[in-house]
Amino acid sequence: MTRQKRSHHKLKRAVAPYLYLSPSLVIISLLMLLPMVTVIGYSFQNSAVLRRDPSFAGLKHYQAIFNDPVFWASLWHTLYFTCMSVIFHMTIGMIFALMLNSDRINPMLRNILRVLYILPWLFTAVIIAVIWRLLLEPNGVVNSMLLQLGIIGSKVEWFSSPETALHAVTFANIWAGYPLFMVSLLAGLQGIPKDFYEAADIDGAKAYQKLIFITIPQLMPIIISISLLDFIWTMQVFPLIWITTGGGPIYSTEVLSTYTYKLAFSSYNLSQASASAVVILLISLGLTLFYIRYQKAR
Amino acid sequence: MRKRHTPKDRLITVALHVALAAGLFFAAFPIYWMLSSSFKSNTEIFALPPTILPKAFTLEAYAAILGDPVKLRFFFNSYFVAGTVTVLTVLIALLAAYGFSRFNFRGKGSLNTLIISTQTIPPITLLIPFFGLVVSYGIFDTYLALILTYLVFTLPYAILLMTGYLNTLPRDLDEAVAVDGGTSWTALWRVVVPISLPGIVATSVYTFLLCWNEFLFALTLTKSTSMRTVPIGIQLLMGQHAFEWNQMMAMSVLGSLPLLFIYLVAQRYFLAGMTAGSVK
Repeated sequence: MTRQKRSHHKLKRAVAPYLYLSPSLVIISLLMLLPMVTVIGYSFQNSAVLRRDPSFAGLKHYQAIFNDPVFWASLWHTLYFTCMSVIFHMTIGMIFALMLNSDRINPMLRNILRVLYILPWLFTAVIIAVIWRLLLEPNGVVNSMLLQLGIIGSKVEWFSSPETALHAVTFANIWAGYPLFMVSLLAGLQGIPKDFYEAADIDGAKAYQKLIFITIPQLMPIIISISLLDFIWTMQVFPLIWITTGGGPIYSTEVLSTYTYKLAFSSYNLSQASASAVVILLISLGLTLFYIRYQKAR
Repeated sequence: MRKRHTPKDRLITVALHVALAAGLFFAAFPIYWMLSSSFKSNTEIFALPPTILPKAFTLEAYAAILGDPVKLRFFFNSYFVAGTVTVLTVLIALLAAYGFSRFNFRGKGSLNTLIISTQTIPPITLLIPFFGLVVSYGIFDTYLALILTYLVFTLPYAILLMTGYLNTLPRDLDEAVAVDGGTSWTALWRVVVPISLPGIVATSVYTFLLCWNEFLFALTLTKSTSMRTVPIGIQLLMGQHAFEWNQMMAMSVLGSLPLLFIYLVAQRYFLAGMTAGSVK
């Protein structure tokens, strides 16, 4: 190769990665970063989107949101919904993974059950919402089973009474989301070296001691990173609540996303909705930074 | 060796199987109920006591869905949008992943962090500016609006997934092309693409499912019935007919078929796609 040709080749090598990345970067900048800047801009304008020359509003919309008791209620419901979901996703996922991993069951049964236990994961949020509405209808099958067993005395309106609605949507979400933990923990369990358990057997360790001192510490990285991701994603819940309760009755299941959506598309207060959307973004960003730090630390 | 025949041991095995059965009921009963309700008449769904198997098995709900051009259009829209976005995402993500996996360049680390963090941006935050943009560019209620918005949500994870896959492939092969005087572009298409099919399949599966399930943007950025996708169609069905539960269940079953099909046929890719981001 001549020197000129070689330097030409080098230049190509240096430019190439940027060319390969350019379509992605253009899309992400125009359709993700720019809108993020736009929504922050909207939150400081009066009548954003609706008027061509919106005036500057300062922090007015943020004040309006922080003075709105429904916003705080939504924040609280989001936290309750998210924390309960993550805790139970993890617990149920762990129990199912441990059961499936046990050598007391026949491998064929194990494979069948593994497929069946993953089932809830294969359904769209909207479909999950519709299924649970059918199950939890006042005249539905759950009420009829619980009455039969004597657990409840009269038909419960799970989604339409303010006392039970939030628990009911949380339960539906717990059902829908545990398989991610189960699948990941099952993969993790199979990766724990067998000699750890053999050594423990020699020392005469009991089953629960092996669980606490070997299994759980070995699975900790998976538990933490999936919990964080699950937390971030569950906080963004929208369709499940929109279809089951729509945030009602009387705001009892209002979460941040339905609160924001209603501000924007029912009251057409897009400026205030933008302020709320920015608050949600900041919460998410905080959690994401935490997640990235954790991933890098590993 | 473990002793297996003590009564205590047998008791544990029995208890485990009881727990497995309870778990099975918890996991599968709601889905079984959807399926069996879709084959019942609307009055039988609320029969007391509930009928576990449909007493009068009927396909009327399916006939009602499949005989209605409005509902078939929901399915067409979902398949069309999800299919188009999948092709575009895989192509664009493949290029980006090739850049990340085979080159060292300034800003690589921070770009990678940027892409990881965009994954967690709440959709509701982007919804309002997207709505503003879509209206001002006159593409409200079009396929283009959905395709562009879905693209931006599928792309980050698709890039990470493809990069992860390409990193597992040996570099010698594509370097051999460079030695022969070929460009990185020829190496990509001649060598890398043919051996990355498993990665491409996993990425496609993931992208397709994400689009198929999307609700918020389809709800907000489309308006006419002919532009609605399956999830919105199910919601509309709920409002329109005063609770034709058997039709709603039939439509839910039909709307779940692509996911079930992909899961059963390509379980490995499905799981790879759904968990690659979280387990490393």
